[in-house]
Amino acid sequence: MSAIEHIPEFGSPVDNGLLRFLTCGSVDDGKSTLIGRLLFDTKAILADTLHAIEKTSLRRGMEAVDLSLLTDGLQAEREQGITIDVAYRYFSTGRRKYIIADAPGHEQYTRNMVTAASTADLAIILIDARKGVLTQTRRHSYLAHLVGIPHLLVAVNKMDLIGYDRAVFERIRLEYLAFAQQLGIKDVRFIPLSALNGDMLVDRGDNLGWYEGPTLIDILESAPAAHSASDERFRFPVQFVCRPQKADDPLLHDYRGFMGRVESGGIEVGDEVVVLPSERHSRIKGIQIGGRSLPRAVAEQSVTLLLEDEIDISRGDMIVRGDARESALVTRRIEAMLCWMGESPLDARRKYLIRQTTRDARALLDEIAYRLDINSLQQVAAGEIGMNDIARVSFKLAQPLVVDRYAENRATGAFIVIDESTNNTVGAGMIL
Amino acid sequence: MNAPILDPVLPLRPALDHLDWLEAEAIYILREVAGQCSNPALLFSGGKDSIVLLRLAEKAFRPGRFPFPLLHIDTGHNYSEVIDFRDARACELNERLIVRSVESSMARGTVRLKSADESRNKHQSVTLLEAIEEFGFDACIGGARRDEEKARAKERIFSFRDEFGGWDPKNQRPELWDLFNARVHKGENIRAFPISNWTELDVWQYIAREGLALPPIYFAHIRPVVRKGNLLQPVTDLTPARDGDVIEQLRVRFRTVGDITCTAPVESDADTVDKIIAETATTTITERGATRLDDQASEAAMEQRKKEGYF
Repeated sequence: MSAIEHIPEFGSPVDNGLLRFLTCGSVDDGKSTLIGRLLFDTKAILADTLHAIEKTSLRRGMEAVDLSLLTDGLQAEREQGITIDVAYRYFSTGRRKYIIADAPGHEQYTRNMVTAASTADLAIILIDARKGVLTQTRRHSYLAHLVGIPHLLVAVNKMDLIGYDRAVFERIRLEYLAFAQQLGIKDVRFIPLSALNGDMLVDRGDNLGWYEGPTLIDILESAPAAHSASDERFRFPVQFVCRPQKADDPLLHDYRGFMGRVESGGIEVGDEVVVLPSERHSRIKGIQIGGRSLPRAVAEQSVTLLLEDEIDISRGDMIVRGDARESALVTRRIEAMLCWMGESPLDARRKYLIRQTTRDARALLDEIAYRLDINSLQQVAAGEIGMNDIARVSFKLAQPLVVDRYAENRATGAFIVIDESTNNTVGAGMIL
Repeated sequence: MNAPILDPVLPLRPALDHLDWLEAEAIYILREVAGQCSNPALLFSGGKDSIVLLRLAEKAFRPGRFPFPLLHIDTGHNYSEVIDFRDARACELNERLIVRSVESSMARGTVRLKSADESRNKHQSVTLLEAIEEFGFDACIGGARRDEEKARAKERIFSFRDEFGGWDPKNQRPELWDLFNARVHKGENIRAFPISNWTELDVWQYIAREGLALPPIYFAHIRPVVRKGNLLQPVTDLTPARDGDVIEQLRVRFRTVGDITCTAPVESDADTVDKIIAETATTTITERGATRLDDQASEAAMEQRKKEGYF
């Protein structure tokens, strides 16, 4: 049964939440065509949009409608025929809502790929069946793995151009698996398809009879989102403290609401909590959203926590559950894999601002362990870190941060580096 | 000892459905604006997207007051039902509403129309920048969505604007995870879009779920219109029928609500939220494609306006 037979409707008993995924590949791999085809086959493209790209296709002298035009965004991109920036696309099957982060595949755009990957639950790695596993395939896979995307889906595209040859698909699969093993990538699946003809995307088509696995959309429909594990440790970075001023309601006189989002784990009224870095203990008196009380809160919910004791808590503090205190590290030094995004290189003499969860700390580069050559995936000695470089570094911090290893918790293990002279975001780090 | 947080037998379905997730993300974004910016404002026009923003702000900040005023840039060419709704809603929420009008900018001479009947829509940018300067706002929260238009599909959730309010699409700040960077120097500001990841359908589903009230022109009603190409132009004092126009009384509703001179209704029998949801789920025309005269100018019309300070 095709998923798109369901018209999305409110109150539908089938709502499998939301999945964010990333597509990586170059212009030539047919990435835009794949996205265009997904949007088209799930009916996310409407008639006027289709009409507009029909006109453009015709003007450019193409015979069929070029679905890749759907992902063209900015004027400069249309002029140059390339994708410059991450674009976000949306479609829904009625069972699940999808957000596609469409990252450009050019060599100089490592930073865009890392950006797109940072919020994705799944990555589709496109391979041109005629070309097999290329340097850029390895690069994309490494980056997806580095940024901690739990599921990789290798889509061997353009099967139509090699006569839907099963042997080619199998050879690419084995080659990729060998490489994935080296990197430590565990959850990887393979699918043969033709984005141009729509084989194995939403419909199975008639050409890939030998392939018995699920279609692309079937994989997407059943892929678990990031927070499906129930044993995660509770982490609650405080964003904002609510103290109603001159409250009309005397009951609110002593109200202190700690507002934030549950980044992982869950919490219930009555649970013992510890506030970090101050190490003060209390218990959960209430959990609210918009003034309404809840018995519990789970990962990804934005709530307000009320505590039994009056303790000083402000933005940037982290509330953890008492039984998970030991797992959170309070530290003034971090080691991390860093992706540099600034125009000017990382300057060891300058202080930067590091933002991790809702907390800021001044930081000074301590050491560059190595730079990673993103093409050979070899570690090389480096005196300088420039734009699009990936390196293992350590920072000394003027204020303590409350961190987890990125591999264990993306939300509390990630940070950005801000250059205070421009206020630009110039780096992205993953704590080791 | 703590009780187990989650039922040991987890259903396949996640704890949060897609509207829960979108709501939680938007609340998180609103609180980041409040936590990072010293003087933000929330743009409230009385349109459906900003009505959703207000409900999200209630969820984010109640029982406290909103940590920002509401701001409307009024072209003076809005439907009176929408303006009445705007005022009533602000009053009901007991929040401060600031209105600044394009007509004042015209009186000051900072907005000059090419002709008396030129649409004032794009001139909102000037008035908005004047309001930002007058009040010293360092951030403006808006209800723009990435699915509306392709330039918006590439805009950050926290979008940096220079002293001229300009958006530089080729030089945007990288935006990773949910680590938003709202830092600005004096004179610069941030536009923050909490419902970036929502689609038109999500907005209507949320309106249904929360039981939100809307201005009546969102629902099917009889209105005199004339056909202009693919679009229906309402016949109003501002947009009178011209010689040769055939005025028809059609049952229509507005999918987007903005300046009268550039917003067109669509033919529809949907007079309830549920019927609008059904229609939205099966429509074949995009939201702005069917309704916006200002986006039809060229492929890059929105991109151009944003570079000049527009939302």
